[in-house]
Amino acid sequence: MDSTIAAILVQDGIVNGAIYALLALSLVLVFAVTRVVFVPQGEFVAYGALTYAALDTGTLPGSLWLLAGLGAAAFLAGLAQRRPIFGLALSSLVLPAAIIATSWLLVPSKPGILANALLSLAIVTPIAPYIYRIGFQPLAEASVLVLLIAAVAVHLALMGLGLVFFGPEGSRASAFSAASVSVGDFSLSGQALWILGLTGALMIGLYGFFGFTLLGRALRATAVNRLGARLVGIGTAQSGSIAFTLAGAIGALSGILVVPLTTVYYDSGFVIGLKGFTAAIIAGMASYPGAVLAAVLVGVLESFSSFWASAFKEVIVFTAIIPVLLWRSLRHAAIEDDDE
Amino acid sequence: MSVLSVEKLAVSYGAIPAVEDISLVVPEGGLVTVIGPNGAGKSTLLNAIMGVLPSRGAIRFLDRDLGGMPVEARVHLGIALVPEKRELFATLSVADNLLLGGFRFGRRHAGDELDRVYGLFPRLRERHRQPAGTLSGGERQMLAMGRALMGKPRLLMLDEPSLGLAPLIVRDIFRIIADLRATGVAILLVEQNARAALRVADRGYVLETGRVTLEGEAKTLAADPRIVEMYLGVASG
Ligand SMILES: Nc1ncnc2c1ncn2[C@@H]1O[C@H](COP(=O)(O)OP(=O)(O)O)[C@@H](O)[C@H]1O
Ligand SMILES: [Mg+2]
Repeated sequence: MDSTIAAILVQDGIVNGAIYALLALSLVLVFAVTRVVFVPQGEFVAYGALTYAALDTGTLPGSLWLLAGLGAAAFLAGLAQRRPIFGLALSSLVLPAAIIATSWLLVPSKPGILANALLSLAIVTPIAPYIYRIGFQPLAEASVLVLLIAAVAVHLALMGLGLVFFGPEGSRASAFSAASVSVGDFSLSGQALWILGLTGALMIGLYGFFGFTLLGRALRATAVNRLGARLVGIGTAQSGSIAFTLAGAIGALSGILVVPLTTVYYDSGFVIGLKGFTAAIIAGMASYPGAVLAAVLVGVLESFSSFWASAFKEVIVFTAIIPVLLWRSLRHAAIEDDDE
Repeated sequence: MSVLSVEKLAVSYGAIPAVEDISLVVPEGGLVTVIGPNGAGKSTLLNAIMGVLPSRGAIRFLDRDLGGMPVEARVHLGIALVPEKRELFATLSVADNLLLGGFRFGRRHAGDELDRVYGLFPRLRERHRQPAGTLSGGERQMLAMGRALMGKPRLLMLDEPSLGLAPLIVRDIFRIIADLRATGVAILLVEQNARAALRVADRGYVLETGRVTLEGEAKTLAADPRIVEMYLGVASG
């Protein structure tokens, strides 16, 4: 391997790693705030990708009807939880209707990349708080294991719905920009720049949100001390819903960013999400900077193993988790021994 | 009108009753104390009023029935609990803990309230950047009280604020409690330190194995021979 190939592999790895980093961040966030291991994260990637790809060709995406259906289900769940009906109707009936109407008006005229991306986010993101209200809020006091089982069930359900609403064939969208930047022998595609730039901007945005806004602090407070948070008036359901909304938006954005690079199918999200998950696990589901670093490592490991042993690329990436888990459990045991 | 009235309250952990048939009233601007030995059910009582534990019987706050209302809704009505274990946000700074105490108002009132709380607890101002988890026991209690005050409660419930603190700091805490009642907030104070609690309170209830066994004016209770013998020690005067 010469240095040019190595440079290309590193570049590929970092670009993929940036996507995994976003997913890892949202997994850590959702777990910290709600104790839910967000297995359906990958479905949001697939939904975002397929929605954007449909808009890119000027057709109405199937996810619009999914949005309406899940909104109606969330409305019923909210009624059962005796939430105030006005806000409930606004967030779960009026909002999907408005998004559908906007899409119906806008899409046939192919409004362009930015509008398509924003519209995709608007269509896919609300699905996350809806499934929180339907599936997880009633279980807020349940154990991590019960929540995990619920998350697996939601993942399977959303994947099935993906097949129904998007169909079995894959889609790919055109790149955000055809431009590329070259420095010497080294060239960086426009899409790669978009991915790195948006990922960086989003991370800075999240840092600002968690560090400097009252709502961001409230989410951190919920993660640190659930009872303490309730005692200052931060509702568990409210922070859970916000965490899910952020995770849904991050998943959808990741999908929008990848779909110009690779063909995405209704079930492609899972493996992408699993790599974010690997990074989050390596970071112990706790550290945000740790998760970003681990995600970039996962991306680079993936791109080198696909060069050397492409048939084994997934095996190598997911096997990397084992020594880390071993190391963590050994270290954890040692800490417990110290305490005694 | 009373700020808080509790009637025939009962709480059990599974099948085991922890408190039974408790009735008590906290009047507007009043300072009422509940004293009793370890395990009497004092924390259980406060947690039930706050909605942390489910209970039977009636709890009314400013003539509003709280039955079945979740904790955070009670906070938004103006009830605050400083729990026995403080429940601070350990990795967040002192200042962030306080800001979150005012969560029910959003951002608007934070500045004035923050100054008022720093005025009551100057130590917290000195340490405002430090993570709450690094504070000493006394500072933690101050932060827990400060955080509760940031929500400008109408009713402040304190669960053993003197627990595990050095005598000098206990004196500070009780002085601040006396200062607070002068600001008009109604206070329900749970204590094992009966002497100090009866000194600042107007009325007191004695809780033993989940039931109220004595109640009355704080002064009367402090002079009651049974109380003197059980809680204040023979040598007290
Ligand atoms: N989580 C719990 N599960 C079961 N029993 C409990 C629990 N918490 C308290 N108890 C029991 O309820 C009784 C009252 O406890 P508590 O309210 O903490 O008393 P106090 O605050 O007066 O010391 C005690 O007998 C205690 O053992
Ligand atoms: Mg107690």
